[in-house]
Amino acid sequence: MSKIKSLADLKKIRDEKVSGLQSRERGEDAENLVQVKVAMATCGIASGAKETMEFIAEALEKRGVDAVVTQVGCMGYCYAEPTIEVKLPGSESVVFGGVNIEKADEIIEKYIKGGELVDGIIPVNYETID
Amino acid sequence: MSLVKLTIDGNKVEVPAGTTIYKAAKQMDIDIPILCYMDLKDLNIENKPGGCRICSVEVEGRRNLAPSCSTDVTEGMVVKTNTMRVINARRTVMELILSDHPKDCLSCAKSGNCDLQDMAVKLGIREIPGQEYAEMSTYRLDTSPSIIRDLDKCIMCRRCETMCNDFQTVGALHAVNRGFNAVVAPAFEMNLEHSPCTYCGQCVAVCPTGALTEVDHTAKVIRALNDPTKTVVVQTAPAVRAALGEEFGMEPGTRVTGQMVTALKQLGFDYVFDTDFAADLTIMEEGTELLGRLKKHLEGDENVKLPILTSCCPGWVNFFEYNFPDLKDVPSTARSPQQMFGAIAKTYFADKIKVDRKDMVVISIMPCLAKKYECQREEFSVDGNPDVDFSISTRELAHLIKQANMDLNKLKEDEFDAPLGESSGAAVIFGATGGVIEAATRTAYELHTGKTLDKIDFKQLRGMEGIRSATVDFDGLDINIGIAHGLGNARKLLDEVRAGKSKYHAIEVMACPGGCIGGGGQPLHHGDASILQARIKAIYDEDEGKTIRKSHENPYIVKLYDEFLGEPLSEKAHELLHTHYFDKRKKIFQV
Amino acid sequence: MSKYSMHLLVCGGTGCKSQESDIIAEKLKNELLKQGLEETVQVIMTGCFGFCEKGPILKVMPDNTFYTQVKPEDAEEIVEEHVIKGRRVERLLYTDPETEAHVEDSKHMGFYKKQLRIALRNCGVIDPEIIDEYIARDGYSALGEVLANQTPEETIELMKASGLRGRGGAGFPAGLKWDFARKNEADQKYVVCNADEGDPGAFMDRSILEGDPHSVLEAMAIVGRCIGADMGYIYIRAEYPLAIARLKTAIGQARKYGLLGKDILGSDFNFDVDLKYGAGAFVCGEETALIHSMEGERGEPSLKPPFPAESGYMGKPTNVNNVETLANVPVIILKGAEWFSSIGTDTSKGTKVFALAGKINNVGLIEVPMGTTLREVIFEIGGGIKDGKKFKAVQTGGPSGGCLTEKHLDMPISYENLVANGSMMGSGGMIVLDEDDCMVSIAKFYLEFTVEESCGKCAPCRIGNKRLLELLERICEGKGEESDLVRLRNLGEVIKDTSLCGLGQSSPNPVLSTMDNFYDEYLAHVVDKKCPSGVCTDLLEYFIVEENCIGCTACARACPVGCISGERKEPHLINPDTCIKCGACMEKCKFDAVILK
Repeated sequence: MSKIKSLADLKKIRDEKVSGLQSRERGEDAENLVQVKVAMATCGIASGAKETMEFIAEALEKRGVDAVVTQVGCMGYCYAEPTIEVKLPGSESVVFGGVNIEKADEIIEKYIKGGELVDGIIPVNYETID
Repeated sequence: MSLVKLTIDGNKVEVPAGTTIYKAAKQMDIDIPILCYMDLKDLNIENKPGGCRICSVEVEGRRNLAPSCSTDVTEGMVVKTNTMRVINARRTVMELILSDHPKDCLSCAKSGNCDLQDMAVKLGIREIPGQEYAEMSTYRLDTSPSIIRDLDKCIMCRRCETMCNDFQTVGALHAVNRGFNAVVAPAFEMNLEHSPCTYCGQCVAVCPTGALTEVDHTAKVIRALNDPTKTVVVQTAPAVRAALGEEFGMEPGTRVTGQMVTALKQLGFDYVFDTDFAADLTIMEEGTELLGRLKKHLEGDENVKLPILTSCCPGWVNFFEYNFPDLKDVPSTARSPQQMFGAIAKTYFADKIKVDRKDMVVISIMPCLAKKYECQREEFSVDGNPDVDFSISTRELAHLIKQANMDLNKLKEDEFDAPLGESSGAAVIFGATGGVIEAATRTAYELHTGKTLDKIDFKQLRGMEGIRSATVDFDGLDINIGIAHGLGNARKLLDEVRAGKSKYHAIEVMACPGGCIGGGGQPLHHGDASILQARIKAIYDEDEGKTIRKSHENPYIVKLYDEFLGEPLSEKAHELLHTHYFDKRKKIFQV
Repeated sequence: MSKYSMHLLVCGGTGCKSQESDIIAEKLKNELLKQGLEETVQVIMTGCFGFCEKGPILKVMPDNTFYTQVKPEDAEEIVEEHVIKGRRVERLLYTDPETEAHVEDSKHMGFYKKQLRIALRNCGVIDPEIIDEYIARDGYSALGEVLANQTPEETIELMKASGLRGRGGAGFPAGLKWDFARKNEADQKYVVCNADEGDPGAFMDRSILEGDPHSVLEAMAIVGRCIGADMGYIYIRAEYPLAIARLKTAIGQARKYGLLGKDILGSDFNFDVDLKYGAGAFVCGEETALIHSMEGERGEPSLKPPFPAESGYMGKPTNVNNVETLANVPVIILKGAEWFSSIGTDTSKGTKVFALAGKINNVGLIEVPMGTTLREVIFEIGGGIKDGKKFKAVQTGGPSGGCLTEKHLDMPISYENLVANGSMMGSGGMIVLDEDDCMVSIAKFYLEFTVEESCGKCAPCRIGNKRLLELLERICEGKGEESDLVRLRNLGEVIKDTSLCGLGQSSPNPVLSTMDNFYDEYLAHVVDKKCPSGVCTDLLEYFIVEENCIGCTACARACPVGCISGERKEPHLINPDTCIKCGACMEKCKFDAVILK
């Protein structure tokens, strides 16, 4: 990590990141991977998000699914923690709530591997500015 | 300074920008009630927490009421101090304060002299709604050698905190706890005895209620006076005579030396002496010590410590021992006049009248609360018998006189007894800031130069500035003198000493504002600093009226050395009149 | 990979279910089965869409078609037309109330703009521990822009024009605040981020710090540049360990990238940020108290003036902004003042994050444009009241706020409207109450909090709130008298009128606003000695339900004070005047005839 010396440098880093250059350099292609985001704010962690995230990362690897699992902040669904967002290549992302280990297992087996939706979907009802 | 126009209660007024509403109203003789606010003008002490909210007033265009003590006027401001809204708010807040205050006024030490009581009267409080089920905040009573803290009576005005922290920089008292349980106390709610408290008593001097009071020894005095086996000797400090009259309705600054002596004699003291005698003795010892150090210094002795610091103020000594123990060998080793008096009374004088020290009770009347602690110090006793048995304050003496059915106004004047009642004008001025060093200068000059002073008054040493300095010409030798009153000011000078940057040869320190006349045991000034000025004037007036105005010219002092002590700093003098200091840092916070 | 080419998402929220959404799902499945499509099209029930007003909702994926007010009988047509023929069922499409046109793709529905995430834009989107993810979403570009292309005055003007107001409570215009701090000349100035989130139930600041710490750091640097400060402090409560950890990571990363430190982005601007920990005192959210706490002094407010902009931390000009306020700043710089001020009302611009809690279905952190109505928040975003109960009130603004009722539901949320109706914005707590909540108890709950959290400096707050609480306790215990209500009001008004800081000036709000809106309930407590919601246990009485009582006399025999009368095999009666409420009768009754109400 070296210092960013100017606004132009900063924009370069941004563009690389946005176009996936950075991940491609690492030999990955985010667009063709399953992306899982786990809401890991205090409230999520208190509801078990850490265990869920560890399980998902481990299970996906064991079961041979190419995926990127990342932690993110609060998605706002306090009533349904832990929440995760799953984006299959070429599909809209789907948010699932109440994802304990059991549920995570079901999501991996049915949705991630088979595209079959499972109970616990939380319809995203907000717009986020870009 | 620009002027601001505003309207208060329908009348227009013009005041300098930066004036508070309270002060602007005061100019128009509108007396907005205040409780926590305190302004000791000449001392630059202002307690303005905006906490009691009693001084709230209505300001047109403002959402809520404004605390007039701490709200500056603005151009065109329209203030109302007595609307229904204001009066209701003020009363309601007062009822709230009283709802959390004990109702034992009849037996409270502050009864009749209590700002809270006065305010309740002023606001016409007749009942406290809901008192029967209102919980009261309660705290442990804390008794120290000098001060009693009964915090059930604390109203969180924070005046004591301002004195202790801002003015004295002692840091013994702070607000602790939150909300309903908030109170002013030493750290960790320790006892005062285990805090850095110096017992200066300035917290007591400004406390508007009975939360902080002195330890009362009047009962002990009465008991001693009524014990036929005891010879009871009393000594009165110089500042007492300049303030005692206030307790009897006299104008501040009225000197009541003669009436006080009469009262003491009528109370039944066997010998009524003057601490001033011991003050003269102090000058002999301390002055000689100063000259000795000065001489060595001039001879190039690098081990000699200068400046010399005065040591007659026990609050200052306590402060010093806690904050500057590394400079233990800098202050004069001379004991305070109270303790010199006790030591002489129970040796020289006791021998003279052939009374065993165990049968003699020495009581001091002091403007000070730290004196109560000082006379309990172990080093000032012989085989467990203290040189001074106990010390009572000016306020306690007033109570005693009243209890004995006397009115100071009606008493004739009388003279102190001999031999320990005679004193010089130099001793009297010990009561005012700068007085000790002026007294020392008068004697040291003459002893050093062998010449007689043409002008006895060193006016450059007087005044109310917190830190003052002056250079006195000792016949070609310039002596730099520093004076501080208030421990915060003393700290500044001591920091210089510690850093090796002090330019002074001698420094006088008094813990209390204005010196002893502003002591913690004096009649309460209720925030009026002009009273202190009046007392100082009384002190200097007494000095001027004296025929003998230099300590070394006091014939009884001369006689004392001839008959008993030999000479200043003699072995005998060292044993009876000098002391040593302790590192008190270790003692603090150890329960 | 997926065996399903299409998903039909049927809302399973309470509102939609009560309108037979589960039957719709069943019917859809049947239709698909009939058509032999059960292997390629999946029907699934989801959580609440929050659009209960137009329920039941059916969303078709992947084309994002959004059907509203679907009925079971529409199932056949949906399968026939949409699933098989790929033609949308026009009549079921959502109609935009403004354009009156059908909206096909849900992404274009105004409904989704009910919640607009500006402050929370990166929360739940980026990994907060990876600075590149923040940069990818234009992170630090605003700082770059400010440093490269704007003078501090221009940036401040931009902020002023945007209309951004403080999100911590009082709503003071941010740009104006910066301007004051800028204009006070000094050798050293400070930027302070107030992260001492203290309202019970509010946690938006924590969420922002945990989910998007860089946005706050970037904003602080921008403020530093504007006012002429090179040092910033985040005053954060020690109870937020994760936020602290993420902030530390973020600060470390920003320093490595040179986005904090010396000569930021090649400019001559230096700025660094450090953390200061608070012990979690509510009053330290007040900026002067916060500064005293930072200095190691007792955390209690002092009088303003002097304002922190004149004499703040260490006596130097200091600008204090709340976390959520700061999180808005970089976006405003990048998207412009005009964009930001186009959102919201005349006087309250942009969005506000609320922590929606209480008796509401979708408890959560939401962000809505100012001007959204309470009804939209509660019934559309929040999914309405739990268990189909009746809405009673919504408490906004935390312990300093008040209760708003049915009649306020259509009031657009703005700083002014909330205050005008006896509540306030506060930091954005929003607690929904239903018919089972006792308003006196609610007021008591908040008073307990303020009594605990008062610093004790001024008499009205220190003693007054305690007395208010005592009065409320008496009322809830059935010891209240009608005159107590007069005292309660007077005391509340005087405390507001005379207290030193915002805490005391607003602490009686929960009492006063519930008295304004639910005086009947107070009267019921003091006159009838009844708690209409059945919450205040001291006011409950034991009753025998006539229909259930068989007259076995078990209760009468158990009663220690003999207050139960009745003939054998006849319904019994409890004399409430002598009943000591020991509950022995209820314990003994085998027929559920003894009840407490």
